[in-house]
Amino acid sequence: MHQEAAIRPPLILGHRTYGDITNDVVGPIENKAPRAWYVLITIAAIIAVYGIGCIMYLISKGIGAWGMNKTINWAWDITNFVWWVGIGHAGTLISAVLLLFRQKWRMAVNRSAEAMTIFAVVMAATFPLIHMGRIWLAYFVFPLPNQFGSLWVNFNSPLLWDVFAISTYFSVSLVYWYIGLIPDFASIRDRVVKTWQKKLYSVLAFGWTGNAKAWQRFEEVSLVLAGLATPLVFSVHSVVSMDFATSLVPGWHSTIYPPYFVAGAIFSGFAMVQTLLLVMRKAMKLEAYVTRKHVEYMNIVIMVTGGIVAVAYATEFFMGWYSGVEYEYYTYMSMGAATGQYSWAFWALIICNILIPGMLWFKPIRTSFFWAWAISIVINVGMWFERFDIIVLCLHRDYMPSGWTMFYPTWVDVGTFIGTIGIFFTLYLLFARYFPVLAFNELKTILKTSGESYKGEVLPKSQH
Amino acid sequence: MSNKVIYAVYEDPELLKDAARKLVSAGVKVRDVFSPFPVHGLDPIIGLKRTRLAIVSFMFGCFGLSLAILGTYYMMIYDWPMNIGGKPNGFYYQNVTSFVPVLFEFTVLNAAHGMAITYLIRNKTLPGMKGRNPDPRSTDDKFVLELRTEDNHAHSDDSLTGMLRETAVLEINERQC
Repeated sequence: MHQEAAIRPPLILGHRTYGDITNDVVGPIENKAPRAWYVLITIAAIIAVYGIGCIMYLISKGIGAWGMNKTINWAWDITNFVWWVGIGHAGTLISAVLLLFRQKWRMAVNRSAEAMTIFAVVMAATFPLIHMGRIWLAYFVFPLPNQFGSLWVNFNSPLLWDVFAISTYFSVSLVYWYIGLIPDFASIRDRVVKTWQKKLYSVLAFGWTGNAKAWQRFEEVSLVLAGLATPLVFSVHSVVSMDFATSLVPGWHSTIYPPYFVAGAIFSGFAMVQTLLLVMRKAMKLEAYVTRKHVEYMNIVIMVTGGIVAVAYATEFFMGWYSGVEYEYYTYMSMGAATGQYSWAFWALIICNILIPGMLWFKPIRTSFFWAWAISIVINVGMWFERFDIIVLCLHRDYMPSGWTMFYPTWVDVGTFIGTIGIFFTLYLLFARYFPVLAFNELKTILKTSGESYKGEVLPKSQH
Repeated sequence: MSNKVIYAVYEDPELLKDAARKLVSAGVKVRDVFSPFPVHGLDPIIGLKRTRLAIVSFMFGCFGLSLAILGTYYMMIYDWPMNIGGKPNGFYYQNVTSFVPVLFEFTVLNAAHGMAITYLIRNKTLPGMKGRNPDPRSTDDKFVLELRTEDNHAHSDDSLTGMLRETAVLEINERQC
């Protein structure tokens, strides 16, 4: 049997049996939802409906309803797209990359992170679709034979690479998530007593039996999918960055974009995982499974990727200045940005993405649930500003001063953005209510090696 | 002699593994094991061969890559060559570098979904199927070992249950099949 060093902190606190783990995770699904859940989902659904209304208005009026102009022709739409895709990077990173690195703490986090990934990618995909203007022609992004020649899509274009990257990432993440869910649904199916629940979870469990061969195949599929999903995680945001990096706009045309975007995506994705998980931990009483150590591990990933992002900012700033080209004076990392009309956006980025997350270098802060949660929200805001700065600041000073302008969002801009946040939270709350929020059958495999009461010595309370 | 199936229920994967080891060394064939999570080290004891799903994935990946090469060649070089940003399109090898992201994504798409579909079919886990685990507790906290008399003609029913009783078994259930 696998042994673990005694000094390594336990990943499952207190005394738990296999049955307890099932009870702790499936219990909330069987019982009535707390009132707070109804309040939250009502708020989220109202915002979601408003957002859908804004999207319908946008589609009927055309994208002139947004505040873009001829100089700033990409703005909140692509900002939101890149922001959501970035958030969608944590789930598959946690479940795939950390599986390959044999990081056992991932098991308490991966299920909800993957759910978040899938919902975030759906939100991300909304923006390129609606910013096409004529959404009914969206199928033109696929290489389908047509009556114009056939006139094919352009495989040289990073925008098309994006179509392939995002759709592959979404569908592979969805399959990976669902294959992991099947055994957990089977556990619920064999436990619940209400007829409608029994029926629902029987359908969702696909007839899982959990025999030896099925588990052997399950492990092989998990491993191979992890191997396939790992390069996928890195490719998706690399391709997103190439939407910018292969253009000729000063500030976008930069070779460090792919690795820098991937680091930024992981940074923001982990922040969103923290934001959601720390609330869920309290609300669903998962304190024994999502421990202080889990939060610290995630904060360490945030520190490392945040460090990479900070170095990238510094490099961009220096290289722009060192080039001596005056067009570089107004890129998002430049003196022009720091002192110009968009200086508030520039400094919001620096404060939210470098200075405040820098506090995580102090151990008392990165092991505090409250500060980890508060800082994660700041990072979410900061990463939105990063994309806003990259897009709007690099565009707003055109080559000719006569084209110089500012971007002012309309109510439709604001509505579509907060609408996607509403849809995201509606989906996430439904997930938290009806789906097993922890991969609890996977957690049972580490109970006897990493469970507190099985680890030989019980650590004093202060070290948890 | 009627065919019987015997289910031995254990509380811990290690106890089940010890029991399986003991039974197999006495020449008993273990038909199957049902557990809430993968029991590592069990497969060689009960004589399960390694799954070939990884090879399936590789083959689907090769198929996806070939299809993507064929598709990009046909669309961009053969059927309707376009001069885009001066990128050379006279021959495939000149233009292929800018197809690499699509080739990669399409390879992964096929490898992942091909394997996942094969996995679901091979496991007989498809939408609408009913669970066939003998004991509902085997998806919670119990580990069930299945023996069949038809696999073990050398042993009588009583000697099989006798051997099971010698292990750390929680309960033994017999069923006619």
